[in-house]
This record gives sequence, structure tokens and C-alpha cells, in this order.
Amino acid sequence: MTNLTATVADPAASDAPVIAYPTPLLRIDGVTKKFGAHSAVNDLSLDIKAGEFFALLGPSGCGKTTLLRMLAGFEAPDTGKIELNGEDIAAVLPHQRPVNMMFQNYALFPHLNVRDNIGFGLKSAGLTRLGIDTRVAEMVALVKLQGLEKRRPDQLSGGQKQRVALARALARHPQLLLLDEPLAALDKKLREETQVELMALQRQLGTTFVIVTHDQEEAMTMADRIGVMNEGRLQQVATPRQLYEAPASRWIAEFVGDINIIEGGITHRDSHRLTIAGRDVGTLFAIEPRQPVGDAVICVAIRPEKIRLSRRGPATDLINSGAMNSLEGVISDVGYLGGRSLYKVKLDRGATLRVALANTARLDVDAYSIGERVAAWFAPDDCVVLVQ
Amino acid sequence: MAVHPLRLSRFNVTSLVLGLAFLYLPIVILVIYSFNASRLVTVWGGWSTRWYTEFFNDRAMLDAAWMSLRVGVVSATLATLLGTLAAIALTRGAGFRGRMLMSGMLYAPLVMPEVITGLSLLLLFVALDAGRGFVTVTIAHTTLTMCFVAVVVQSRLAGIDRSLEEAAMDLGRDPLRAFIAVTLPLIWPAIAAGWMLAFTLSLDDLVIASFTTGPGSATLPIRIYSEVRLGVKPEINAICTLIVGFIAVVIVLASLVSKLSSARGESAAPL
Repeated sequence: MTNLTATVADPAASDAPVIAYPTPLLRIDGVTKKFGAHSAVNDLSLDIKAGEFFALLGPSGCGKTTLLRMLAGFEAPDTGKIELNGEDIAAVLPHQRPVNMMFQNYALFPHLNVRDNIGFGLKSAGLTRLGIDTRVAEMVALVKLQGLEKRRPDQLSGGQKQRVALARALARHPQLLLLDEPLAALDKKLREETQVELMALQRQLGTTFVIVTHDQEEAMTMADRIGVMNEGRLQQVATPRQLYEAPASRWIAEFVGDINIIEGGITHRDSHRLTIAGRDVGTLFAIEPRQPVGDAVICVAIRPEKIRLSRRGPATDLINSGAMNSLEGVISDVGYLGGRSLYKVKLDRGATLRVALANTARLDVDAYSIGERVAAWFAPDDCVVLVQ
Repeated sequence: MAVHPLRLSRFNVTSLVLGLAFLYLPIVILVIYSFNASRLVTVWGGWSTRWYTEFFNDRAMLDAAWMSLRVGVVSATLATLLGTLAAIALTRGAGFRGRMLMSGMLYAPLVMPEVITGLSLLLLFVALDAGRGFVTVTIAHTTLTMCFVAVVVQSRLAGIDRSLEEAAMDLGRDPLRAFIAVTLPLIWPAIAAGWMLAFTLSLDDLVIASFTTGPGSATLPIRIYSEVRLGVKPEINAICTLIVGFIAVVIVLASLVSKLSSARGESAAPL
């Protein structure tokens, strides 16, 4: 790696290739962590760029917290490498890493007040009294905790504790901030407000955030990219939109958001269009995905809000030309959710589709009711074809 | 804080009074008779403090009290040190093999009859040819009391979130400094309570001390016991009253310490 003959680095004399692309801030390379026979994290590789807001999303027990704890240094990987700025940090102890963590239960020190909690990491960094006070005041202003400096954690509300924990973790200006379910303990309203604040804060500071969450809405709202984990493996790494509109597998499609899954087989393909015989549905048209699928059994995934309902159905020439899928059925259930309504349509062929319609008018005299015959129609573009 | 005062029923008042009388009547009688002017223990001869004066002039009794105090302080301190370390090892080292066996073995002395503990220590000291006296009694009392300290400290430690120490490490403290900065202040009330418990247990012990002490180094309970065998002198009442008073002060101090620390945002020690 380094030139042994020259002690002073000279970029011109160096025989190392000039790196055209910046190295990622964090590189996780083939990391495996086992607890007994169970692999919590299994051969996982991931690059995270500097300044990114990255979310690790997965059901509980998928290994996302173990991965986070390895980044913080509380667990050591069995195999694989974790590099920060190109340096292997496997042997670096937690207190020596330029990484800070915000714990799920906040882990505020109960015997210290807000100011001393935030200043704790600065004191260990050897800052002077004055330096600590200045930085603490900055952090207090950043998370809007003015006037609460003298309070102890048990005199704070849940939202205030969350802010103290955030300020404490940010006070040392870490290169990487790890957040373990940071909003799980807040109620829904406060959680949504805090999500927005957290995003604004991250953009303002430019710190790289890695957040662990089981709440997909949280991940979708905040993150630049999401890594979906299941059983210790990364299933897909993508932007929120890609993840939702182009899930890589049936598992992800079902895990992220609501979706209708129709199993079937390909009966015909011409150029990019597939004709599919869907089980309990009938003939469907869909667009061939970028990764071509074989003739194996496939499934067609369609989001409930991508389906439209009407009493008469679309024009027959649209259907006959394959420009629109139309399925006939009867409304079997209606769920009113305020902004939208969820309908269940029992198709004549046997399958049930879930359809979400926005309630755009206050007095909707045209709303569908149970037992009504409808046509459910959707464009082939809106179908995602997935391998079983 | 407008908590409605709980009204006690007649039954509750009666049972409370009877219970307290059962517990404290003997001590009250002892205290009253310590101020008895008469030489006869059972005959009231008017108020006097002469038995207190007598005690403070009784060289042998004062020596025994001083011995007890020294044994108590040294053994309580050693027991607190060892018991706290044991408690930390047992709560923090959750993964190590034989942890259940270890904690079982640590707690066995709690239920071990004192006669057996005393006898086994005596055999050990004889086998080691250790001259019996202050050192042997102190070691014996440390053995007796460290498991009590371990229990008290362990229950407190178990209630402390492990992630607090991790947070301290994450914020730049090495494991030892993280422990000192975060865990130690939080378990401090339990350590103090453990020390006081160990101290009073040591002060109170007769059985183990009489097995492990040697000539010329009697503790106060041994001294009192041997005096009583020759007949109860009113001076004994005075000494016992002083001991009761001393222990009462220690207990009040202990609860004040734990109240103060809980008022500062920590929960009270489990005692």
C-alpha cells in the first residue's frame, strides 16, 4: 500500500493508481457474524458514501442491529472487513472510533444533567471547560433544548430525551452517526415531526447517518438509500422509489408496502410484452423486466393504488390491444381510511384484489359499496414481474 | 401531591400496635432499665446514669467495643470490595461457563448455619497455624458478610442498562473509565448500603467471632455474653442501649443517604 522507500508522501512519485472515484466513507466487505450456530449477519457487503442518509430496514431479528453494533465496535465480525475511509477498523475499540451511536433507549446517563450528558464525550476528548461549554451551547441550540440544560433525564419528556441523545452523539462531530431505532419510542405525531427535523439536521451538518429501523415509512421518508435486510443478508439496496416501484424479489415486494401478488406462468412474449396466465385471475399483460425472466413460474405484483375501479370498465379496444388489464369482480369489503379507501374486489375467476382509491371529494355519492359489480383495471407498466 | 391519606381501620391499628409492641417492647424495657439506679436488674430504684459512667470506666468492656469497631470497619470494607467485584463479575460476565454454579456458591453462605462457618474457619486457621485474634476475626467476618454485599450490589447492577456503559465507551471512555464515570455513581448507594449491612452484621456476630478469636481479643458481643453468664449487670443494659442507639443512627443515616441520592434522580438502593 505505502511506498517504503519514501517516508514523505509525494503523489507524483507514488506508483499507486490515482483514484478517480472517491472511496466510500464506509465499506463493509463480506462480513459474517455468528452467535453460536445462528448467523446474525451473513456475508454482507455494502458501501456507504460520505454525507449519505442510509437506512437499514428489516424485520426484528434480521441482523440489522448486530451490523450497527459492529460498526460501533461493540461486536467484532467473525470474517470480513469493515473499512472507514479505507482503513480497516476491526481492531479499533469503540472509544477510539470516529463513530458515534444514538441508542434505541437513548441510554442517557441518569445521574448527569442535560449539559453534562451532552458534554460527556467532549470531556473524554480532553476539551477545556470553556471548549466544552461552547460546544454544548451549540448542540443545545441545534436541537432546540435551550433552558433545559440543568434538567436530569427523568425530568424530560420522551421527545426531549431523544434530542439530548442526538445532541450527545453529534457533539463529537463524528464522521459516521449510527442511529438505532431513534424514533421508536415516540408517538406517531412526534415521530413524523422528528423525521423531518432529523433530515434537515443531516442536510445541515452533512454527517453520514446510518439508521436502523423496522418502520418502512420512516426509512422511506428519511433515507437517501435503503438496504433491506432479512435473515442476516442484504436483499436489496435502492432508493426509496426503486424499492417501492421495482422491488427485487417477492419477499421485498410484500415487505415494503401493500401489494397484490398474482402467481402465474408466461404463455407468450413479443418484444417487451409478456402475456401471462394468472392463477385465479385470467390473462394479464405485463412488461418484461430489465432482468429477463425464464419460462418458470413467475408472479405479477401490483400495488393497490395502481389499480382503478369503474362500473363499466375501460374501452374494449384498449383491452383487446393489450394496453390495459381489466378484471371483473364484485366489491367484497370496503375500508374507509380518511384520505383513501381500501376496497377488496372478489374477481369472477376467484382471486381477491386489494384496491386503494383516493377520496378526492368530500361528498362522494359515487363511492362503491359492497356487492357492487366493478371492473378493476391497471396498465401493464404498473405490473412488476418477479421470479417466484 | 394531594394524596388522600389512607384511613386505617380499627383492625389495622390493632395489628400494627401489637406487631410493633412484639418487636420493640423488649428493647424499650432494656433501655428503661439501663437508667435504673438499683443494682438489681429486676427492681426499679429510680432514674440514674451511673451504669453509663460505669461502662465508660470499664477498661475491658471499652477494649472489647474498640475491637468490635475495628473488626467491623476493616471487615466491612474488605467485604464491600470483594462483594462488589463478585457482583460485577456475575452480572457483567453473563456468558462465562459455570456462572449459575458460581452465583449459587456465592450465596450459599447466606443460608449456611453460622456454627458451621465458624467451625470450618477455626479448622482452617488451626491448620494454617494462624495466631487467632484481630486478623482471624476480621477474615472470618469478611467471609460472612461479603455475600450479603454481593447480593445487594448485584440486584442494583442488574437494574442498570448495559447500554449506559456502552454509551460511555462510544463517547470516548475506555471500559474502566466508562465504569468509573457511569456505573459506579449509579451503584454507589448499593455499595454504601452493603457496607453498612456488613458493618452491622460484623458488630452483631457472636458465634463466628467466638470460634475464630483468641485470648485477649474479645469482641463486644463475646464480652457481653461472658459477663451475662456470670449474672446480668445493669451495666450490660447501658451498653446494649448504646449499641441500639448507634445502630439506629447508622440506619437513619443510610436511609437519608439513599433518599438524598434518589432525590437527585437516582432510584433508591434496594434496602
